[in-house]
Amino acid sequence: MLLWRNMPGRCIGALQNNLALMYHRNIQVGDIYVARLMIEFGGATISFASLAVLFIAIEWMEPPEDFLRVAAGWLLLAWFGGALAMMLGAASHMSELVDKLWHPASYLLFPLSGAAFIVAALPPFAQDIVLWIPTVHGIEYLREGFFGTRARAIYDLGYIIPFNLVLTLIALIAVRYVSRRVVPG
Amino acid sequence: MIRVRNLKKVYQTRFGENLVFEDLNFDLAMGERLGILGRNGAGKSTLVRLISGAERPTEGTIESDISISWPLAFSGAFQHQLTGIDNIRFISRIYDQDFDRNLAFVEEFAELGPYLREPVMTYSSGMRARLAFAISMIIEFECFLIDEISAVGDARFHDRCNFELFEKRADRAMIIISHDAAYVRDHCNRWGVLHDGKLVQYDDFEVAYADFKELIGWKPPPGWPQIQVSTA
Repeated sequence: MLLWRNMPGRCIGALQNNLALMYHRNIQVGDIYVARLMIEFGGATISFASLAVLFIAIEWMEPPEDFLRVAAGWLLLAWFGGALAMMLGAASHMSELVDKLWHPASYLLFPLSGAAFIVAALPPFAQDIVLWIPTVHGIEYLREGFFGTRARAIYDLGYIIPFNLVLTLIALIAVRYVSRRVVPG
Repeated sequence: MIRVRNLKKVYQTRFGENLVFEDLNFDLAMGERLGILGRNGAGKSTLVRLISGAERPTEGTIESDISISWPLAFSGAFQHQLTGIDNIRFISRIYDQDFDRNLAFVEEFAELGPYLREPVMTYSSGMRARLAFAISMIIEFECFLIDEISAVGDARFHDRCNFELFEKRADRAMIIISHDAAYVRDHCNRWGVLHDGKLVQYDDFEVAYADFKELIGWKPPPGWPQIQVSTA
């Protein structure tokens, strides 16, 4: 589940490397982030899909029960990753601290993201805590698409979707703030 | 026609707000070439970046009904990790131009030979200037913003640039920044001096230059004017 982790990695400092391009009026700050996110989303999707196809082909894994649900979960995670990446990317242009803090933070968040555990297997008090983390909901949703009734997935779309919406809003405001102040160089 | 009204630019620095200039007003019509003189840090390049649309003014407006180039500077508006050819392809695409035609022109004009296939970051500043200039000539803007393009490159390159800009494109509007006073004198028909956040405009170069020399505290060397300072 490297999707949401690599996207910020792509976007942090992305603007710095491409400052010269900002001389062109038809290139905006957001374009650079969107371009990077498309590459990252494409790459992660290809690797996820080809691994899934490979494992299904050699019968290590069964085909997903509900393909659309897997795709929707994937898109939810990508949406979260993209919004987080844009926000951190724009913030990293304002302060280098963002870059320095994101790396350790991403390692700390990694085991908590939901990829490494099943929520239903956790004790109730731990469930309450991890369900604050939005990626857990996305991954659980995706898991339900894969395994359906054989595993009990715990998620709340009413949490992750508004969370993503708010995060996207913050990200867009941050990008707008930076693009008003960016100095090409 | 480009109309600049009440233009003001303030940069946020660590020491508070830095006013670059304010209350700038001028018009620029097709065929007019405005040369701007000013000390280092006077805000010449900032003005050009604002007019190009790459940056936004703090206050004031820039209206234009003609197409304006990006600032043509020797560093170029490139992605430095890409090769020369990839940059041509990229710029052709964002300005919706024919790549093959552009590539042929740049190969002929920039004379970079096999280096066109190397990353731009490996170029010398002269090579970069040649590529930058060639690329900016492939798009027929109505107004060109020229920021010290004459500072690098050899005499042959200068001649070819001057021919492309001032003979083939004599009907365009231009804003030219240069520390080379003779260059500004020979190629502009209006002049401005940017100093202390104000732009003073002149129709006569000699008047503009005399004021400018006074502003920067330029003293004639002993023996002046028998000793000619080398000018272009």
